[in-house]
Amino acid sequence: MAKNIAVLGDSESIKGFSAIGLDIFPCDTYDDASRILRNLADSDEYSIIYVTEEFFNNIEKERSRYEGQITPAIIPIPGVKGNENTGTKRLSSFVEKAVGSDIIFNN
Amino acid sequence: MAVMNVNPTRMQLTKLKKQLTTAIRGHKMLKDKRDELMRQFLDLVRETRDLREKVEIELNNCNSHFVNASAVMSKEALDASLMSPKQQVNIETEVKNVMSVEIPQFNFGTRTSNSSDIFPYGFAFTSFELDDAVVSLNNVLPDLIKLAEYEKSCELMSTEIEKTRRRVNSLEHVMIPRYQDTIKYISMKLEENDRSSRTRLMKVKDMLLDKAHNYSGKQA
Repeated sequence: MAKNIAVLGDSESIKGFSAIGLDIFPCDTYDDASRILRNLADSDEYSIIYVTEEFFNNIEKERSRYEGQITPAIIPIPGVKGNENTGTKRLSSFVEKAVGSDIIFNN
Repeated sequence: MAVMNVNPTRMQLTKLKKQLTTAIRGHKMLKDKRDELMRQFLDLVRETRDLREKVEIELNNCNSHFVNASAVMSKEALDASLMSPKQQVNIETEVKNVMSVEIPQFNFGTRTSNSSDIFPYGFAFTSFELDDAVVSLNNVLPDLIKLAEYEKSCELMSTEIEKTRRRVNSLEHVMIPRYQDTIKYISMKLEENDRSSRTRLMKVKDMLLDKAHNYSGKQA
């Protein structure tokens, strides 16, 4: 079944994505974001949900519910406010979980 | 020495020996699985790291184009030009099995094949910065989808590796020593029983002989 891609975040950072064919969901507060994320993930219409870093870091509780599932993939992307390295930190946490210590990013 | 709470019987011993063989075989297989998963995981993580660096640089580029566009256009005009998109991206998800971990593979298609459909507005009243922003965003899309696929795979694999590692460790350091100790305990107990019944028999034999030939009476 063909699914879509959703982008979640502050409207400034994500409005461009609508032009290239992704569905955008602007939100202002973290509560909004977690509510929208839950709706999107449970609707089963989206296989990828991009979330801007700022919101990604503040809706951890909602995110963790979908960690073990194949879809949706919830992926952080940098917003207009700049890059906070959330994605790299997330990757290094995976390495730490699997290996026991971070052997790739600690140089 | 951790001995399980079992009866020291021959039947129990056979059963435990069978379980020990299974545990050792399972341990070997899980260890192989862990090593192979780890190898693939580390390769994937390195690739993901490079891809993420690339995507983040490109996204930052797009964002600066957008900021420039919003500087020369009014917010209303900018919003209006992006309001009704012509293009739609579809994702087909396939599931790939890597060492019993199911990871997704995303194949994407667009609703229309015309590449100029990414511009949902006429060019007359918009800034060229906006065109640049949309084009660069469109160029980064395949990488962005690939990144999602890689990161999700990393996430799923790291969970599986952790689980497998725990299993391997518990087999290696808890289950197998416990089986070995219990088997040792039972076999020692059986030998002990064997010896004690043998001495008893010898004693009985002595007593019987004594009675038949009246050794002790003669001496007296």
